[in-house]
Amino acid sequence: MAVQQTRRALSPTQGEQTPQGAEVRQRDRHYLHLQRLAAANEAPEERLASFLGWFSIGLGLAEVIAPKAFGKLIGAKGEHTNFIRYACGLREIAAGVAILTQRKPAAWVWARVAGDAMDLAALDAALMSDGTDKLKLSAAMASVIGVAALDVYTAQRLSLPRGPHGAVTAINTITINRPPAEVYRFWRDFRSLPRFMSHLESVQVTDEKRSHWVAKAPAGTSVEWDAEITDDQPNQLIAWRSLEGADVDNWGTVRFDPAPGNRGTEVRVEVEYNPPAGALGAGIAKLFGEAPEEQIKGDLRRLKQLLETGEVIHSDSSIHRGAYPAQPAKAERSKP
Amino acid sequence: MKATCWMSPKLVEVQDVPDPRILNQRDAIVRISSTAICGSDLHLYNGFIPAMEPGDILGHEFMGEVVEVGKAVKNLKVGDRVVVPFPIACGHCWHCEKQMFSLCENTNPNAWMAEKLMGYSPAGIFGYSHLTGGYAGGQAEYARVPFADVGPLKIENGFTDEQVLFLSDIFPTGYMGAEMCDIKPGDVIAVWGCGPVGLFAIKSAFLLGAGRVIAIDRFAYRLKKAREEAGAEVINYEEVNVLEALKEMTGGRGPDACIDAVGMESHKPGLLGAYDRTKQALKLEQDRPHAIREAIMACGNGGTVSVIGVYSGFIDKFPMGSLMNRSITIKSGQCHVQRYMRPLLERIRKGDIDPSFVITHRMRLEDAPKGYDMFVKKEDNCEKVVLKP
Repeated sequence: MAVQQTRRALSPTQGEQTPQGAEVRQRDRHYLHLQRLAAANEAPEERLASFLGWFSIGLGLAEVIAPKAFGKLIGAKGEHTNFIRYACGLREIAAGVAILTQRKPAAWVWARVAGDAMDLAALDAALMSDGTDKLKLSAAMASVIGVAALDVYTAQRLSLPRGPHGAVTAINTITINRPPAEVYRFWRDFRSLPRFMSHLESVQVTDEKRSHWVAKAPAGTSVEWDAEITDDQPNQLIAWRSLEGADVDNWGTVRFDPAPGNRGTEVRVEVEYNPPAGALGAGIAKLFGEAPEEQIKGDLRRLKQLLETGEVIHSDSSIHRGAYPAQPAKAERSKP
Repeated sequence: MKATCWMSPKLVEVQDVPDPRILNQRDAIVRISSTAICGSDLHLYNGFIPAMEPGDILGHEFMGEVVEVGKAVKNLKVGDRVVVPFPIACGHCWHCEKQMFSLCENTNPNAWMAEKLMGYSPAGIFGYSHLTGGYAGGQAEYARVPFADVGPLKIENGFTDEQVLFLSDIFPTGYMGAEMCDIKPGDVIAVWGCGPVGLFAIKSAFLLGAGRVIAIDRFAYRLKKAREEAGAEVINYEEVNVLEALKEMTGGRGPDACIDAVGMESHKPGLLGAYDRTKQALKLEQDRPHAIREAIMACGNGGTVSVIGVYSGFIDKFPMGSLMNRSITIKSGQCHVQRYMRPLLERIRKGDIDPSFVITHRMRLEDAPKGYDMFVKKEDNCEKVVLKP
């Protein structure tokens, strides 16, 4: 259903066709997309985890710095149990720091759950022994049970499988110091796309509207699809969509707007795809990396280089994948 | 070929590496006749610039003879003698068209990396980390020069290497630092740092009409050079309070403009200095910003602070209140060298300046590690090291 809506949104209906109107709508859509991304980066369970992290550190510091006063507060007896609270404090601080600093804190929130179980066992033992303040201990137990419930909830939410639910949207934009007509013309000949889109192997144009795309996939494999132009407004916009039977169902638009102040063309790209289920889908997701936006930005930078300087620019290290020192390649290496 | 390679902080080695080849049609290969160690190379040497890889070839001040050109290079031919500017610029993007070459939009293949740290990316730079492209540098026997049809300046006979080598960076950088001060005849300009860039900033300020230039450093031999060879009055910041001295010397007004030719590794005696050293070591602050703090506080009301010393990231205790309430303007930038090479070559031809006055040491390329060591420790009155491959 979501996919259907997006498709409609991507192909503006003919009735609303003033160029300014279309441009504003696309900018609005991009803004909405950025809002969604920002919201996704701050999911409620992550805010909860961050709260629990700070809570851990605070509680841990109290136990470490003042184990005696802390013991009094919860109704434990005697100084001989101070070291237990000291050790628990260290554990709390470690868990807190880990939750706040690790990219995937789920395991550390589960560690807090285990810690809660230990605390409850210790409090239970204290409750059974003589000379302790039963009322305060009961209150402490109730607090631990409350926090434990929050820990379990947060840990479960954080442990849910993540990844693309439905269509993945990626947008990006760049300004190219050439007129819109020239940028449009270059893009409209789809055969030139592999010159700057790093994951494309080839695009064959089959007729006015249709083309056949081959893209690199992990482990030396490739994925293919036929695509059809769904909208083509010369010097302004191209929209396309894959046809039935595509390895990867995808669609997108690219707009060419004149940049103010004679700065050339603002190119805005919006691509969506439905990753197929299973291993291939995981591979495709990997192909686009964790940030499909970055991938598109890289493609747009290469497009800009091609149109402004005539070729894609290399440095001594950028002709290699991954980290490589900035020095000339050995002669036997093939040219990029 | 032999090349000076960064291996780890405080360790450079001259190694045998493959010869460069043409990678793009607008490349040229230059056989290097003279190259220099820049003060900003010391930031790499000391390990304060991120994104270095062991084996990176250093060096962004070099000149030499063209030995090969790509198909699209029409203005140079084999045998031409050229000085190469340190920023790599395509000549066709909007910023290049506006002569802001160090902001070229196309020459940093690692622009995404720079964007993460700085918001947007500057141009690619020779031998200056992967943040600015991962280009092999020029402290080597040969270098590949991209966009050879835009950057390199052809030098006719009649000039020695030492007279024109510094058109690659430090002379234009010092000149731009003075130009950004928008100097009116008689203005008083204060310059922090009497390294080579500071010396060129002093000389340039006079060329642009300054009445007085006051130079600030802590090394007696550098202050002597600033006074005797560049004509500045001097302040040793280890001997006197700089703010009080500048106030006293300017009738209580403060300098009309201040130039920070120090950058991210400035020194400061006392508690605040220790504070910044500690924060930098713990990576809580990337740069040690005393010079810029002091330049802002010292600048006269309505004046300009021109920043040409290199900074990499974030600083703290920035005197924003002083800046805002006193209408101070800050201008800064990596030098747009290509914009200044021809006019400054003309200055050299006319005899307005002989840039070779900054050189104190001449060494073979093989001795680069020794050169770095002397330069960073300020041994033997080291001001500028030129290497001959």
